Amino acid sequence: MSTSAVRIGLLYPELLGTYGDRGNALVLERRLVWRGMPAELVEVPAGTPVPASLDVYVLGGGEDAAQAAAGTALRDSAGTLEAAREAGAACLAVCAGFQLLGKRYVGTDGTPVPGLGLIDAETVAGTRRCVGECVVDPARGGDGGAGLPLLTGFENHAGRTVLGPDVQPLGTVRVGAGNGNGVDGAIGERLVATYLHGPVLARNPALADLILSWIVGTLPAVDDDIVARLRSERLRSQGGYLAQLRRRSRRR
Amino acid sequence: MKGKAELAPPELGGSRSPSLRTRLALWTGGAAGWASRVTGRGAGVAISGRVALRMAPDAVRELARDQRIAIVSGTNGKTTTTRLLASCMEGSGLQVETNATGANLASGLIGALKRAQPAGVVILEVDEAVLPLVIGDLRPETVVLTNLSRDQLDRFGEVRTVANRWRAALASQPGCRVVANARDPMVVWAAGASRTIWVGAGSCLRADAAACPQCGSLLAWDEERFQCTCGFGTPPLHSRLDGSTLRIGDEEVEVRLLLPGTWNVVNAAMALTAASAMGVAAADGAAAMARVATVGNRKVAWVLPDGTPARLFLAKNPAGWTEVLRYLAGGSSDVVLAINARIADGRDPSWLYDVPFELLRGRRVVVSGERALDMATRLRYGEVPCTIEPDPVRAGMLAGDGDVDICATYTAFTRLLKRLDRG
Repeated sequence: MSTSAVRIGLLYPELLGTYGDRGNALVLERRLVWRGMPAELVEVPAGTPVPASLDVYVLGGGEDAAQAAAGTALRDSAGTLEAAREAGAACLAVCAGFQLLGKRYVGTDGTPVPGLGLIDAETVAGTRRCVGECVVDPARGGDGGAGLPLLTGFENHAGRTVLGPDVQPLGTVRVGAGNGNGVDGAIGERLVATYLHGPVLARNPALADLILSWIVGTLPAVDDDIVARLRSERLRSQGGYLAQLRRRSRRR
Repeated sequence: MKGKAELAPPELGGSRSPSLRTRLALWTGGAAGWASRVTGRGAGVAISGRVALRMAPDAVRELARDQRIAIVSGTNGKTTTTRLLASCMEGSGLQVETNATGANLASGLIGALKRAQPAGVVILEVDEAVLPLVIGDLRPETVVLTNLSRDQLDRFGEVRTVANRWRAALASQPGCRVVANARDPMVVWAAGASRTIWVGAGSCLRADAAACPQCGSLLAWDEERFQCTCGFGTPPLHSRLDGSTLRIGDEEVEVRLLLPGTWNVVNAAMALTAASAMGVAAADGAAAMARVATVGNRKVAWVLPDGTPARLFLAKNPAGWTEVLRYLAGGSSDVVLAINARIADGRDPSWLYDVPFELLRGRRVVVSGERALDMATRLRYGEVPCTIEPDPVRAGMLAGDGDVDICATYTAFTRLLKRLDRG
């Protein structure tokens, strides 16, 4: 376990902060501090270069114009981000952040915009916006997330994302749209991408701890009583799916 | 605009008289509203308008014809600004009709329009998504744009989309005067340059406008100004608020209100500037709005069933919540946070993480509403201890030794009002 503070970087919150995703950085930082591990939340304002020294890079969702501005700025720091990832940094990318880290993004006007290419994925803007509660089952996604419980969140996007062979989905979509083809997000080496807001790490502390464990190793438990109640309320509100789950577990 | 005050009173069959179809539609709508009231379903404003519009789709246009109309729209402060502007106009002796109940969709406008007097003026609060749809029918003399920030993302879509629709709608009404907030890039973009009266009030609204609405580059900011390399930036001001002093052109006037909060002083600055443009002396307007104690049915001071005095605050979106929390941070009251996530609240409560609830550290806090657990989780990460009580009235009684301040999202607020009103 490292002794120096874990540095959680929140990239371009003014541009990629439309849907409360700054909460993901707060959750990561607090969950380390509660365990007595020093942590620091570093905000990287739009227009400044991305530092190479961060341990976790957190990107959120933003509106179309802001996403384009963030994409332009991020491309200047693409080398830094890639080097940091190779040196062991983790990355969480949500919604627009996910799309920006892919190979390319085709917006509503049909113009393809190159992404950073950190994730083997391509996104095309669809005609219909996907808005609503979302449940994702990581048991049938990539190996990295196989031990996680159901993920709950709220999606609000028009992106249809197709993953390439080099990356696995974060999980299978049970309720909602996700990438638009039955799965949501992506999971790779020290990398999680998803369409879920909520923020996703606030509603899914196990996912937060998975990301942290990539940096600091095994983590002791913390009191998650309140969020456990929130999770069961949210999952209960998607009742039809849960009934189906119960039937399946009875068959087993 | 066209000297409407000099129009002769309408005669039967004159230009003000609506068509038979519209009159029939209004009568039927009125009957539906009456039915709604006597059966206890609602106030009947929205339903009577809906019925009338269904029977006579031209009703808004017919009723608005030859009428002096001012519209107030924006994300926050619509209802209060409408009320304050109406009080200014009343203070100058005009007969004013307004949709004071906050019924701001097309159906809700009908009620105020059909009561309108020929020599009077109609001040309408209009929902920001509805503005582009009705502006052509209303043909307003003045449009007041307060601010544009993210609200109900799942209903409205992106802030920029709304701003672009406003811009197109206002461009289609070259004769209409626009009074707009110069510190909000989205509003500046929407209002366009030519005939706009710019108001500098409050701090810059940069939360949802980091990228230039014209070219998409990053805007550069200070407290009062923003600027882009493409030339887009803060326009020259016609009126300017410093503390509680508003300067309109060469005139200076003190804004004194019974309504709490700095955000209401900003609303007052918008309303006074608009009133002044519509011919009211600023001092008279200021005197009239200083007497406004409640806005519509949004009374602030209540007493809970157990005798606890409570203040009730509506906060609809991150910008509104941040204002209210900053205001409460100066006090020592117990605080209830009542959170719902119905359609009118925005169904995604992720925005809780964009509001500095940390300001409540050290206060006694009870979380409430249908999404109390989302709020409790947010407070856990903000390290603000809290109690959970889903019922907002019980939460208020649980909180209060002394005074309690209840802050609520839109539907939590309206439900609470209804319950407290019943006593």
